Amino acid sequence: MSEWLTKFPEGLYLDIKKPIDRAIEYMMNNWGAAFDGISGFLRLILLGVQAAINVIPWWLMVAAVFFAAWAVTRNPLRALMYAAMLFMIGLIGLWNLMYTTLAIIITSVFIALVLGFPLGILISFSARSGRLVRPVLDTMQTMPSFVYLIPAVMLLGLGNVPAVIATVIYAMPPIVRMTNLGIRSVDREVVEASKAFGSTRWQLLVKVLIPQAMPTIMAGINQTIMMAIAMVVTSSMIGARGLGSEVLTGINRLESGRGFAAGIAIVIMAVLIDRLTQGMAGKKVQ
Amino acid sequence: MTHNNTQKTSEPGDIILSVRGLTMMFGRRKQLAAQLLADKKSKEEILRETGVTVAVDNISFDVERGKIHTLIGLSGSGKSTVVRCLNLLLTPTRGKILFEGEDIQAFRAQRLREYRRRHVSMVFQGFGLLSHRNVLDNVAYGLEVRGVQKQHRLDRAMEMIEMVNLKGWEDKSIHDLSGGMRQRVGIARALANDPDILLMDEPFSALDPLVRQDMQFELLSIQEKLNKTVVFITHDINEAFKLGNTVSIMRDGRIIQTDTPEEMTIHPADAYVSEFINSADKAQVYQVRNFMQIPSCLVRLQEGANTALALMRSNNVSSAYVVDNKMNFVGVLPLDAAFQVRAGELPFQEALVKDVATTTRDTQISDLIPIASESRFPIAVLNEDGKFAGIISKAAILTSLK
Repeated sequence: MSEWLTKFPEGLYLDIKKPIDRAIEYMMNNWGAAFDGISGFLRLILLGVQAAINVIPWWLMVAAVFFAAWAVTRNPLRALMYAAMLFMIGLIGLWNLMYTTLAIIITSVFIALVLGFPLGILISFSARSGRLVRPVLDTMQTMPSFVYLIPAVMLLGLGNVPAVIATVIYAMPPIVRMTNLGIRSVDREVVEASKAFGSTRWQLLVKVLIPQAMPTIMAGINQTIMMAIAMVVTSSMIGARGLGSEVLTGINRLESGRGFAAGIAIVIMAVLIDRLTQGMAGKKVQ
Repeated sequence: MTHNNTQKTSEPGDIILSVRGLTMMFGRRKQLAAQLLADKKSKEEILRETGVTVAVDNISFDVERGKIHTLIGLSGSGKSTVVRCLNLLLTPTRGKILFEGEDIQAFRAQRLREYRRRHVSMVFQGFGLLSHRNVLDNVAYGLEVRGVQKQHRLDRAMEMIEMVNLKGWEDKSIHDLSGGMRQRVGIARALANDPDILLMDEPFSALDPLVRQDMQFELLSIQEKLNKTVVFITHDINEAFKLGNTVSIMRDGRIIQTDTPEEMTIHPADAYVSEFINSADKAQVYQVRNFMQIPSCLVRLQEGANTALALMRSNNVSSAYVVDNKMNFVGVLPLDAAFQVRAGELPFQEALVKDVATTTRDTQISDLIPIASESRFPIAVLNEDGKFAGIISKAAILTSLK
């Protein structure tokens, strides 16, 4: 029996590793200035966000969460619980690290929304661009994030900036998809009505499509934030500071307590942000 | 297409909108489909051979200024496609649409927007309202996109809201409104632009029969006041005849006959038309459930005459329907008897009129006519188990016959 039936033929081999290596190398050597520019720009945003958060003293943050939760849930007890959970992060000694992580998340989410929202609108208007963008989004979501951490480090160096880029890549698909979905599912007669009254395309978009799609878009924003939080630990592997690096240290030193403490802080952050943004989204709907 | 052999010598009207040879196909191979259509192939054959759906096939009609023109046909007959061509929500495959003699397909984008903003407005079957805005801002939408200053457009919108009898609801959310009220908003929105032509795509089809009657009446009175030209789409022959100065019957994308309702009744173009017209006697079709109401004045036995009087006064009616604790119908308390009870001249139980005509939900309206003509009060509608379900007024029975 011939071997090629039972085994994949050895002679058939397409080397895609070397071309990719060479492409990254080429980018490093020739587009260095561009990447330095991007890197500098992102660092600027990141520092700005960080500075803005650091101005907020711990007690003001706790109070803000309390009142925001009260406004959103209309339940003072639950608001008190949320505030206590946030206080807990400080209590276990992770307040400053939490602020660092929060700055990375806010920056990443901001960039993901700035890029993803218009992209979602674009593909909702054109089926062809949708066909182009969808496989890219699928790849962004399913490609193991470690894979693009490697070129990110090579091109941008270690630290918070490549972490932001990796987080943006991972967290952007939901806002693109949900914006697209939201706009496409606006009632056909509502769209027709808007056109029939002589709206321009811009008026149709800002007066009808976006407001009507808002509940779905808010759900997309919520998912984007959640995915950004999920990247915290992964991105610490390329030098992002904050709660993620604390977990990493815990792994390296086999300190379960350190790992769990940071893990709990991440969970608390996720729960608080999720409930608050979801509550706000829910309010919009009514 | 006009059914000519009995046309009276009426004065040639002022034609505001003229449709000539309108054809609409959906699909890719339209050229080939047009070829087959010219060869008198049927729509099914064309669909099978080319994948093209012929929705509208070479139709022509004229709409006179200030008149209501109704297009009627079953679902799938192409009537909604036609009305969407009139403001170019859909672009016709072939044919011309002339607004005051101008070919609207020759309009550039800017001119087309002007046409839509000033000359033609549309009312939709599913209302097409913006659920994120309140009533007032919905009505002002057309003026807003036209760029009318805020105070002006809100004033104008308020006028329209009053015209459709929704005053007091302007700050409400669309979600708070019933179907009939929503369509009033739709109509007010269309009128706010002060268009020459109103396109109405089955505007009342989603409404209850009773509400539909109200809305038809209201449309007629608005039309009387504003003298708008209306192109009205419906699948209900009664509605078409009640509203239309002229009626076009559509079938499979073609107009079979265009005529006044009277002419059409006397001289139907073919068997299909006469069958359609014969279906108009809807008292045969409608049951009590479609027309019954909850009485505005319903009291429980133990509540007594004083409560009944207060309710009658606040609702401005002259009789109260009385039920016991288990919703079993007991009788009707007329206003004069209620006064006697209060004055102590009559015990409550004896004041009740108990031999009131009753009926059930699934009774045919036509069966009630003899009873209704003799009954002093609206007829009580009871469930199968004798529980009180509502009333049906004489007016409702009679209007259902129209």
